[in-house]
Amino acid sequence: METLQPILAAHPFLSGLESKHLENLAECASLVSFNPGQMVYTEGQTATHFYLIRYGRVALEIHTARRGAITLATVGEGDFLGWSWIVSPHRWHIDARAIDLTRAIAFDFSCVLRHCEADHDLGYEFMKRFAVVLAQSLRFLKLQLVDVYGA
Amino acid sequence: MVPNAPVPRPHPANPAVPMLTQPFQIRRVRQETPDTFTLALQPAWGAAPFCFLPGQFNMLYAFGVGEVPISISGDPANTQTLVHTIRAVGTVTRAIQKLKPGQVLGVRGPFGSHWPVAEAAGHDMVIVVGGLGLAPLRPAIYQILAHRAEYGNFELIVGARTPGDLLYYKELEQWRGRFDFRVHVAVDSAGPEWRNNVGVVTTLIPRARFDPWHTTALVCGPGVMMRFTVQELLQRGIKPENIYVSMERNMQCGIGLCGHCQLGPYFICKDGPVFAFDQIEKWFALREI
Repeated sequence: METLQPILAAHPFLSGLESKHLENLAECASLVSFNPGQMVYTEGQTATHFYLIRYGRVALEIHTARRGAITLATVGEGDFLGWSWIVSPHRWHIDARAIDLTRAIAFDFSCVLRHCEADHDLGYEFMKRFAVVLAQSLRFLKLQLVDVYGA
Repeated sequence: MVPNAPVPRPHPANPAVPMLTQPFQIRRVRQETPDTFTLALQPAWGAAPFCFLPGQFNMLYAFGVGEVPISISGDPANTQTLVHTIRAVGTVTRAIQKLKPGQVLGVRGPFGSHWPVAEAAGHDMVIVVGGLGLAPLRPAIYQILAHRAEYGNFELIVGARTPGDLLYYKELEQWRGRFDFRVHVAVDSAGPEWRNNVGVVTTLIPRARFDPWHTTALVCGPGVMMRFTVQELLQRGIKPENIYVSMERNMQCGIGLCGHCQLGPYFICKDGPVFAFDQIEKWFALREI
């Protein structure tokens, strides 16, 4: 039977993960695609999945009444998308819209959490990688706030 | 070139008579962004061709107003036309902005060190620019593209505040259409009509393809942007001696006499503006200097 393990192993976020951990994560994974303009998720919705982008580009947006959608950042090939699932109340707090045809690996977060609870080695490894994503996002966000081109 | 060897340091090449201003006539003016414009200049009295190296700058003189240091942003292979891209932010640059084709301004130069483009042959090339930083690096891009076969991967990473602030927009589009190098563009903010990257320019560095052990990186932009860009490049494994940055200070004489542009033991106008990162690492992020 074909498994998603090789596809998971090829993504930078999961690269170098032990095969038993990849096997567990593969149980929670499915391949998804989004057409240009299609919403990946919308603010306020329950966050049930997170995504690892394989190809394409997704805009993270906030919708305002006067200015419409404002793009805060974009994520693309090799990036992690969606971390609202990790903390209660598990709702998306921004919109994510595909800009190009985007292919991704979607992970059922409750399944991933279950595996992380059952195998703390996997949980620790996963959270270490996740912490890098969060730290990087915060670093980039701070730079964006500085307005380096106007400073 | 010996693999893994640092590229040779660029040496400043200054004019024979550095304090002599030459009159140049404006041939064309092009508005790049609301506050930035490009001048194409030719010697007013049919003087000798103007030779320069990528990264060097001239002192431009608006007669009766004053001088400003401006990087040369044209093709170094074209010695007949001198090109400068200028942001109108002060008295002198606003006076230059008011000049029309046919009018004359003074030029002293070229001054300073250059990007080690010829010296980096055999390396992968990564160029990271922010805002107006594309202007001093455009001559280096022309030179690399003119000798494309001599280099490995070539990645150009461009950042700007908004899509409307991108310099040389049409040229960027043309470059993106080429098969022999990759152009990445990111803006800090954009509306939904923008179909490219949004985020700080450093987010694009992890996506660039290069062999860090055989890569030369050229960086130019605002100070904060350069600081964080250098951090990302070091994190990708490029050696400090192979990362080059262009420093900006209050340059006045252009030949290291007046001391206005001193940075630690260096005068930016004479020893720079282009430095290898390991040369100036100690002073790069030092405050109040």
